[in-house]
Amino acid sequence: MEFFLQQTVNGLTLGSVYALLALGYSMVYGILKLLNFAHGEVYMFGAFAGYGVLTVLGGASSPVVPVWLLITLMFAGAIVVSSAIGVALERFAYRPLREAPRIAPLISAIGASFFLQAAALLMFGSRSRSYSTPTLVDFSTSIPFGPIRVWMVRVLVIVTAVVLMVLLTLWVSRTRTGKAVRAVSFDREAAAMMGIDVDKVIVVTFLIGSALAGVAGVMVGLVFGRIFHLMGFFAGLKAFTAAVVGGIGSIPGAMLGGLLIGLAEAYSTGYIGALYQNLIVFGILIVVLLVRPRGLLGRPELVKV
Amino acid sequence: MTSPPGGEVRIGVDQWVEQSDERREQHTGWTAPARRAFDQLTPGWRLALVATAAAAYPFFVRGSDVRIGISVLLLAMLALGLNVVVGWAGLLDLGYIAFYGFGAYFYAIVTSDHLPAHWPTEVAIPVIVVATGIVGVILSLPSRRLVGDYLAIMTLFFSQIFLELVINFQRLPFDRLPFVSEDLDLTGGSNGIPGVEDWQLFGYHINTFNRYYYLSLALVVLLIIGLHNIDKSRTGRAWRALREDTLAAEHMTTPVNTMKMLAFVVGAAIAGLTGTIFAAVQVGVFPANFELLLLITIYAAVILGGSGSLSGVVLGAVVVAYVPEVLRDPSKAGWLFYGGLAVVLILTIKPWQRVLILGGGLVGFGFLVRAVASNIWDESIAGTASGSFASRAVDGWVLILDAQADVITNYAFVAAIAGFLAVTLVKGWWRIALLIPTIYLAVLVWENKLVDQTSVTRQLLFGGALVVMMAVRPQGLLGTRRVEII
Repeated sequence: MEFFLQQTVNGLTLGSVYALLALGYSMVYGILKLLNFAHGEVYMFGAFAGYGVLTVLGGASSPVVPVWLLITLMFAGAIVVSSAIGVALERFAYRPLREAPRIAPLISAIGASFFLQAAALLMFGSRSRSYSTPTLVDFSTSIPFGPIRVWMVRVLVIVTAVVLMVLLTLWVSRTRTGKAVRAVSFDREAAAMMGIDVDKVIVVTFLIGSALAGVAGVMVGLVFGRIFHLMGFFAGLKAFTAAVVGGIGSIPGAMLGGLLIGLAEAYSTGYIGALYQNLIVFGILIVVLLVRPRGLLGRPELVKV
Repeated sequence: MTSPPGGEVRIGVDQWVEQSDERREQHTGWTAPARRAFDQLTPGWRLALVATAAAAYPFFVRGSDVRIGISVLLLAMLALGLNVVVGWAGLLDLGYIAFYGFGAYFYAIVTSDHLPAHWPTEVAIPVIVVATGIVGVILSLPSRRLVGDYLAIMTLFFSQIFLELVINFQRLPFDRLPFVSEDLDLTGGSNGIPGVEDWQLFGYHINTFNRYYYLSLALVVLLIIGLHNIDKSRTGRAWRALREDTLAAEHMTTPVNTMKMLAFVVGAAIAGLTGTIFAAVQVGVFPANFELLLLITIYAAVILGGSGSLSGVVLGAVVVAYVPEVLRDPSKAGWLFYGGLAVVLILTIKPWQRVLILGGGLVGFGFLVRAVASNIWDESIAGTASGSFASRAVDGWVLILDAQADVITNYAFVAAIAGFLAVTLVKGWWRIALLIPTIYLAVLVWENKLVDQTSVTRQLLFGGALVVMMAVRPQGLLGTRRVEII
């Protein structure tokens, strides 16, 4: 039972990260029908930005500011860097191709993803860095959860993710810009004719999606410690799987999918072996795509001829 | 009704589409006569001309350089195969390297001491090509229901799973299966399989780089002939039909799923065949040979040359395979960097006087920066340039930092990228003004960092090339712009 709960907490932490990443994929896909391959790299740069802030402020062993402020600043730094990269991607890699055949922006996205990966390799080298969070927040700072105790950082990650998702849902459903986002994702041309500034809406979408990815990057750094230049690739694949499982284009779907994939990965690592976690996620993707291509909460797409 | 300017009206022919070839750019400039003459040759003669030139290549270079030729030809084969799937059938297959790896590993397993099997080449090659084709069939199954992004991500996952299986094969619990008695280690894990045997066709031993070069060249020529014929056939037309509009093609009774499968199979078989040569030339296979960088390299070749065009794809492969070889040698790499920079600037900045102003401004700016920086901080000129002819020319005015000043180079790199992006947004003299510091930063980053890290530079270059090509010339160097009918 303890082991099961431990794995559940693991899965929820991982799932929060995947859910935040999947939201970025899903929102962009909803609006542009584009799979933003470079999203995983945006997340990786977020993690490195958090590490940069941590280093500048004295490192984990001797921080010059209080811990809560330090962690807030790390998130802030990651949000700034990630959203800057996301907006730049949209402006320079995707916007020129908006009317092109669908394969063109996809290839551009792959190119951008590789470019960003290489840029990270050039700047940070291939060795991995560690946030060394345990020296910052001791393992004993924890709260009880049934028979086990959950480390405070994990609690922080899960709570932050939930708060962000609630805020995002409120933003999309209650605000004017949120309404514009929904309108553009429903029918871009019609939205433009109704006077919605489509370019602005797309930029805002990229901004928010990338900011969430940056937050997810810092979360991974805080909980799992190790960050390196290739971390975005598999995380991106899995987050995309999460978005597809939940129903791409659907915001609650991305959250649900993220949690499911996180839990599936944690349980398969715990009970079967770490070797199979990617295989199992891949299996889930195949089954969902073949059995229910629109995902758990997705709407079936109408094809206009 | 007035007759259109193109002449008499033909029934069933769209005038505008029909004349799209004529409206394309006519050859101008001093190369025009040669290009026009080349255009008039039939495709067969063109191929013969290029193949003869390629066959003469080993006579003009040192022995080790023949190896570069082989890698060019292998990349050309891979690009030709990918072109079938991506360029003709329009299926974005990111699992392509898995077929290449499958072929290479299969060949390595059956011809080395690893198993030990030592199959004769005449048996191994057909078996491998067919087996890779069958894997292609399996991977094509999802494409019956998935298109575009979904197919891309699925195939990408597939290639990663392939790598993971290869690396972890030993740890898989095969001994629990009823018919396997002991631990099975087919792939050698991350150590790969060494000691792969050479090709030996009907007693003829292919054991030198020269022989492999001619073997690959012959295969490339055969592939081009075969693919050219397929392209002109019903099959080729069906592929293009489903690329342009799958739904319409289906209504015209094209067997869409069969054609998709066929495209995957042909592409996979070509990749598998290439893999066997690769394994034999390298005398071994290792998981690191089949990583994503290779996939992006093949894509860069296909996209750069012009996906859908056979000659374009081969040209793309030549360019893309040569670049990393050139980058390996700092002095040649310097030529590539500065030459490329100069050519791009001269071609894109008009009128030409502005190029001179830009160059003068750049050097002046450089001296200014160097004077200021060296007074503030001694370390800023402590390093030495990379040593090529071109680098010596910049030695006087570009900051060559000490190796410890890595962080500053990082900032310069980010600033240079931001600068290049910003340059695309502004026009006129602002562009020149912005280009001066941007190019200065780029040169600084090049001399301090990129020139030593060839693999990273290559990755940056190919990734960036894909983005730029898509935005500037999506049809590639030799591709033809698609005629959109609305």
